[in-house]
Amino acid sequence: MKLHEYQSKTIFSKYGIPIPKGRVAATAQEARQIAEELGGRVVIKSQVLVGGRGKAGGVKLAKDSAEAEQLATQILGMEIKGLPVRKVLVDEASAIDKEIYFAITDDRAAKKPVMIASAAGGVDIEEVAATTPEKIIKIHIDPLLGLREYQARDVAVAMDLPREYWKDFVKIAMGLWEVYRNTDATLAEINPLVITKDKKMIALDGKMMIDDNALFRQPSLNEMRDTDEDAPSEIEARKYGLSFIKLDGNIGCMVNGAGLAMTSMDVIKLFGGEPANFLDVGGGAGSEKVAAAMRIILSDPNVKAVLFNIFGGITRCDEVARGILVAMDEVKPKVPMVVRLVGTNAEEGRKLLENANMITAETLADAAKKAVAAAKEGK
Amino acid sequence: MSILVDKNTRLIVQGVTGNEGLFHTTQMVAYGTNVVGGVTPGKGGEWVLDGKLPVFDSVKMAKAATDANATVIFVPARFAPDAMFEAADAGIPLVICITEGVPVQDMMRVRNYLDQKKIRLIGPNCPGLLTPGEAKVGIIPGDIAISGNVGVVSRSGTLTYEVLYAMKNLGMGASTCVGIGGDPINGTNFLDVLEMFEHDPKTEKVIMIGEIGGSEEEKAAQYIAEKMTKPVAAFIAGQTAPAGKRMGHAGAIIEGGAGTAADKIKALEAAGVKVAKHPEEIPTLF
Repeated sequence: MKLHEYQSKTIFSKYGIPIPKGRVAATAQEARQIAEELGGRVVIKSQVLVGGRGKAGGVKLAKDSAEAEQLATQILGMEIKGLPVRKVLVDEASAIDKEIYFAITDDRAAKKPVMIASAAGGVDIEEVAATTPEKIIKIHIDPLLGLREYQARDVAVAMDLPREYWKDFVKIAMGLWEVYRNTDATLAEINPLVITKDKKMIALDGKMMIDDNALFRQPSLNEMRDTDEDAPSEIEARKYGLSFIKLDGNIGCMVNGAGLAMTSMDVIKLFGGEPANFLDVGGGAGSEKVAAAMRIILSDPNVKAVLFNIFGGITRCDEVARGILVAMDEVKPKVPMVVRLVGTNAEEGRKLLENANMITAETLADAAKKAVAAAKEGK
Repeated sequence: MSILVDKNTRLIVQGVTGNEGLFHTTQMVAYGTNVVGGVTPGKGGEWVLDGKLPVFDSVKMAKAATDANATVIFVPARFAPDAMFEAADAGIPLVICITEGVPVQDMMRVRNYLDQKKIRLIGPNCPGLLTPGEAKVGIIPGDIAISGNVGVVSRSGTLTYEVLYAMKNLGMGASTCVGIGGDPINGTNFLDVLEMFEHDPKTEKVIMIGEIGGSEEEKAAQYIAEKMTKPVAAFIAGQTAPAGKRMGHAGAIIEGGAGTAADKIKALEAAGVKVAKHPEEIPTLF
């Protein structure tokens, strides 16, 4: 789950990381009011969950509150990479002397958290990483020991940060480690971390990603979820603990297991069809979950056929079959359905579906071919 | 011979009295796996499977009473890290964690701790291990595979079943099937298992089932090119997956153009691996 800049910075601030004064606004009038309170120059920053906001014109400097209102009106009417801007952050403007990149994230290959820093921070950090990787400093953190202050100092030294800033930097690094650790972040990033002309270190921008698997112990973060970028069907699926992604094709897929679900999509495509979605009902799915999954698939008007590919392991085929029957009774689907049940309790499952008027298949290739043919007929 | 588990494995089940734990313990015992006990805190002294299997309060107690040398974990995600630490502290050398949805930061701590103790972890978010005819540890349906000389290693669960089933239909058997799990941070990776198969006399060929995300398949390709003498066939799931979306497995995501199926297939083919277009085709490639 991604957090907005304003949400990330609010969290940073709670952990002692200095941030600019400012607040979030949903209307231009609010933006004007915040600018008046702050006085002086302000920055109006669009709050959308994509990168490259500045380059898309979603970050602007205003000299006073009147201009703040005008720019906020403009930005609040924008779409950035397809996402409508619904909120802007109004921050006091800083006089910047130097921009640093600093982040803590998971290094999956090393199985450890890693600090990533560069004295060449700012909007072109990806460019720096690609062209001059020697300017990127990486120091791993032992997940059992946590970040130690000397490691943060090592980063400061490696960046050639003047000594007068070491203390501030170490405090910010330790704060960001606590943020990362306590919020179950997979990314906690400050870019840029600026040194102002009056020699203060401030987190000017912030970005966080939270591990979805840890949200059960992060209730306050879960409430921050912005669902604007998700399709309604994806939001509905999340409620039932289903892993669902909407795609553009016309063959709905219900599969157990992520690998098999991806493979079923691949095989549909291999035989000339287009999957309408990725859907993993998960391990040990009960009939209620299966019924919800089916409702979600059939709510897509593009769907001309549905493929059920269930290979029972922890999931029991008879449970899935019961779910299919419940959903069919309720939704009364008009599109053809191809079902393939193999593995745990497959016999019982097949028996339950005997009278359900479904096309049956033995192998995955066979099931995919039949679904592709059924979708073509249904057009 | 086989790898990791066989008829001499003395297995305990953590979470044995839970819904999933009990169901799959019954299946494992029915398959003939040497299950010697179970663990559920607060239920020590009880018996399950009609009084045939003792339940203990802790892994340490179970180990003392049964001399277990492997454990399989079926507890919910929020308790799974603790279960893995507990198994490690009790000195169980082989830990198989079936549980899905374990937070990444927990897994980093678990992995680093277990590495220090030199404990072999399989999973989490995996289907477990199957040495056909000898031991089934986890949730792989026993009747879909027969014993043979093909080593199978996979990041996926149900996709693995698909391949075992296709193998069986062609009369091809497995030496051992290892489900390493789909999470970005797991205990055992492709490279570890390929190395074990290379040194296992019973294994003559290897099937590897990968998916998008990460770079473990590329590392495996390098090992195959440099060290492996046995033939390898592979399948990579997620060839049609869109970039930037998480495909169920936390590990299955194409990030910034890296970890795509095309890249992995290219690396494997360059290492002399035959890559199948769909899973049922894999066993026909040898």
